[in-house]
Amino acid sequence: MIEVRDLKKSFGTQLILDDVSFRIEGGESVAIIGRSGGGKSVLLKHIIGLLQPDSGAVLIDGENIVAMNERQLLRVRRKFGMVFQGAALFDSMTVAENVAFGLRRHEHLTEAEITKRVAATLDMVDLPGTENKNPAELSGGMRKRVGLARAIIYEPQIVLYDEPTTGLDPIVSDSIDKLIIRVRDHLKVTSIVVTHDMRSARRVGNHVLMLHERKIHANCTPEALFASQDPVVRQFVDGVADP
Amino acid sequence: MNFLAGTWLGDWLTGLGRITLLSREAIASVLTFKFSRRDVLYQVYFIGIKSQSVVIVTGAFTGMVLAAQTYFQFHKVKMDTATLAVVSVSMCSELGPVLTALMVAGRVGAAIAAEIGTMRVTEQIDALRTLATHPVDYLVVPRLIAANIALPLLTVESMSVGIAASYFVGVYLLGIEPTYAWWNMLKYSHDSDVMIGMVKSVVYGGIIALIGCYKGLSCSVGAEGVGRATTEAVVYSSITILICNFFLTMVLEQLCVILGI
Repeated sequence: MIEVRDLKKSFGTQLILDDVSFRIEGGESVAIIGRSGGGKSVLLKHIIGLLQPDSGAVLIDGENIVAMNERQLLRVRRKFGMVFQGAALFDSMTVAENVAFGLRRHEHLTEAEITKRVAATLDMVDLPGTENKNPAELSGGMRKRVGLARAIIYEPQIVLYDEPTTGLDPIVSDSIDKLIIRVRDHLKVTSIVVTHDMRSARRVGNHVLMLHERKIHANCTPEALFASQDPVVRQFVDGVADP
Repeated sequence: MNFLAGTWLGDWLTGLGRITLLSREAIASVLTFKFSRRDVLYQVYFIGIKSQSVVIVTGAFTGMVLAAQTYFQFHKVKMDTATLAVVSVSMCSELGPVLTALMVAGRVGAAIAAEIGTMRVTEQIDALRTLATHPVDYLVVPRLIAANIALPLLTVESMSVGIAASYFVGVYLLGIEPTYAWWNMLKYSHDSDVMIGMVKSVVYGGIIALIGCYKGLSCSVGAEGVGRATTEAVVYSSITILICNFFLTMVLEQLCVILGI
C-alpha cells in the first residue's frame, strides 16, 4: 500500500507540488495524468525516494520513506521496479547484462539460472534473442521494453512507469500499453503509470489521479474522468489549448 | 554561514563538505565490503594497465631531461658522478609520484567524471538507485580502490623507467663514469625516498578517484554540464595534487627523521 500525505516540493522558488495526498491500495493500477511540467514525474520520484520532499510523508506498506537515509531506502526499493522515460539503460552493458543487473546484485543465483530468467523475462516483453545487443542498437520501443524487463525480473510488488509511451508511434505505444497490462495481470503488481496520453491512461489505469496547478485535481475511475464536466478535466481530456 | 551563500568561498566550502561526505560514505562502503571484486578488477585494468604508455613515456623523458640538466650544472663543479643520485632521489620522492598522478588525473580523472556525469544526465544513476544499488558502492568504491592499487604500481614503473633512462643518457650520451655514478646513486638514495613516493601515490590515487567521481555525480544537466565536470575534475585533481605534494613532502620527511627511517 502506498500513501502520500501532504507532500510539498519546490525547486528554488518554484513550487511544484503543494499538499498532495492520495492512497493506492496493493494490486491497483493507477494512471497519473496532467500537463507537461506539472510535476507528475517529480511525484513518481518521491514515491520511490529518488527525491526528498520539502514536507509531507510517503508511506510504503506503513513505513515513512521520507525519514530514511539512502542506505535504508535501498531495502524499500527492492519492492519497486521503475521504467524511465528514456529507458535509462546502462549503455556500457548488453541487453542481457542490463536485465540481469538486479539479479546479480541481490540474489545468489548461478549463471545458468540468471541466463534462464533473463531469457524468460525478455520473452515476456516480446524481445526474445536480443540478449547480446547493445542498447545503442535498439529502437525507442525496444529500449522501453528492455527497461521494463530490467524492472520486473526480480518480481517487484510495485512497478512505476514514467511516461512509457512518450515519443513512440501509436502502434508501438499500443503494444507498450498491452505489455503494462500483461505485467500487471501476470505478476499481480501495483502499477503507477505517469502519462499525458489519455488513451493510455484509460487502458492501463483502473484509477486516475489528475495533477493540476500543483494539486490533485481529480481522483476517480477512468470512466468518471471521461464523463466529468469539470472544465479543467474536460479541457485536458479533449486536448483543447487555452484560448 | 548564509552570508557566504553564492560566493566563491561558500561554493568552495560546500564542495569541500560534499566531497568529505562522499569520502566518508566510500570508506564505510569499503570497510563493509559492499563493492564487487569484479568491478574493482576492471577498474584496475582501466586505470592501471591502460595508463602505462603515458606513464612510461612521461617517466622516461623526465628522467632523461633531469639527467641531462643535472649533468650540465654538476659538470661545472666536477660532480658528474652525482648526477644519477640527484635523479634517483627526485624521481622516487617527487617527480615519479607527482608526474604519474598528473598524467593519470588527465587520462583517468577526466574519463571517470565524463562517464559518471553522462550516467547522471541520462538517469542511469537514478536507475541504479531504483535497482536498490547505492551509487557509491557501484561507481565510487571500485574506482577508489583501483586507483589506490594502480597508482603505486604506476609510480614504481615511472621511477624505474626514469632512473633507467637517466642512466642511459648519463652514461652513454654524456659519458659519466658508470661505476661511480651507480655507487653514488645507491649511497644517496634511501628507502625513505621510495616510501615517501609510495605514500604520496596512494594519496594521489584517492584524490583522482574521489574528485573525478564527485564531479561526475554532481554535474549539472546537459552536454555542457558533462564537459564542465570533466574539465573541473582534471583541473581540481591536478591543483590538489600539487598543493598536497608540498605538505606531504614536509610532513613525510619530518616523519622519516623522527622514525629514523
